[in-house]
Amino acid sequence: MPTLFIITLMAVVTAIPRLMPAFIIERVKFPTWIGRWLEVIPYAALGALIFPGILTVVPERPYIGLVGGVAAIILALFRVHIVLVVLGASVVVYFVL
Amino acid sequence: MQARSQFKKGLTAGLPIMLGYIPIAITYGVLAQQAGLSLFELTSMSVLVYAGAAQFMGTNMLAIGAGSIEIVLATFVLNFRHFVMSLSFMHQARDFPLRWKAPLTLGLTDESFSVASIEVKPTKQEKGYYFYGAIFLEAYLSWVVGSLLGGMLGDVMPESISQSLGIALYAMFIALLIPSVKTNVRYAIIAILAMLSNYSFNPFIQEGWAIVIATILASFFGTFIIRREK
Repeated sequence: MPTLFIITLMAVVTAIPRLMPAFIIERVKFPTWIGRWLEVIPYAALGALIFPGILTVVPERPYIGLVGGVAAIILALFRVHIVLVVLGASVVVYFVL
Repeated sequence: MQARSQFKKGLTAGLPIMLGYIPIAITYGVLAQQAGLSLFELTSMSVLVYAGAAQFMGTNMLAIGAGSIEIVLATFVLNFRHFVMSLSFMHQARDFPLRWKAPLTLGLTDESFSVASIEVKPTKQEKGYYFYGAIFLEAYLSWVVGSLLGGMLGDVMPESISQSLGIALYAMFIALLIPSVKTNVRYAIIAILAMLSNYSFNPFIQEGWAIVIATILASFFGTFIIRREK
């Protein structure tokens, strides 16, 4: 199968799950408890996206990601702007490498 | 005028995504080219699929000559987490007209969802969709342009720089999470629960499903603690 055809199919199976909720929300009125559930999904998603993925920043040295993560936590606790948290953690990782 | 100021606010909010995406997109472009994809093919994948992890996996599978059905199925599994995120974001943006909601969902990634879902206020503001549109467009263009650059220029970034920028998106996730956790302990419990369940599922099931199940379980448990406290 030509590569571009495979890419197109990859695009379709990626787009459908993304797009479906736009139409589901139009038609279905969720009860309050499901609404509350959907509202806390971002915090769960953030947790699942951070860990254990952060250990793979340098796959053969998992502690590097942890050090960068701790740096990001400290900077964020001090209410540093998010762009500076990102840059700060990157600089820390650069020096630990 | 309202639209313009929302758009500008969105561009500022999306800045950390751009910072994280460009180096990863360049790496993707380089690897995809080494895997034998043409510049047109690798850029098309960024334009059409627009999902980092799936693109790395896809090019890798193409390179080792995996079957096309296998590749498409693996892509579906890995990207299904966006369904859960999209459902949550659409609930947040339920007052927007469908002509905005539908295109916005196509711009959902782990990163654009994270930034957009933490910024709740614009969903209740006039022309707030320009705010989210700006975040998503900025992220999308960073990804597409970055892949194109990687495919064209090859390995331009020193390894130490691209490795240190590997923490960028994780740092962004942390920076998005910390302020909410400080105001509400429940969010911290939910996030930690998701981390632990993702970690424990990881060795047994594919990464895509692990994230989906961890997210659903932790948030479900989260609504349960909220209800108990009421």
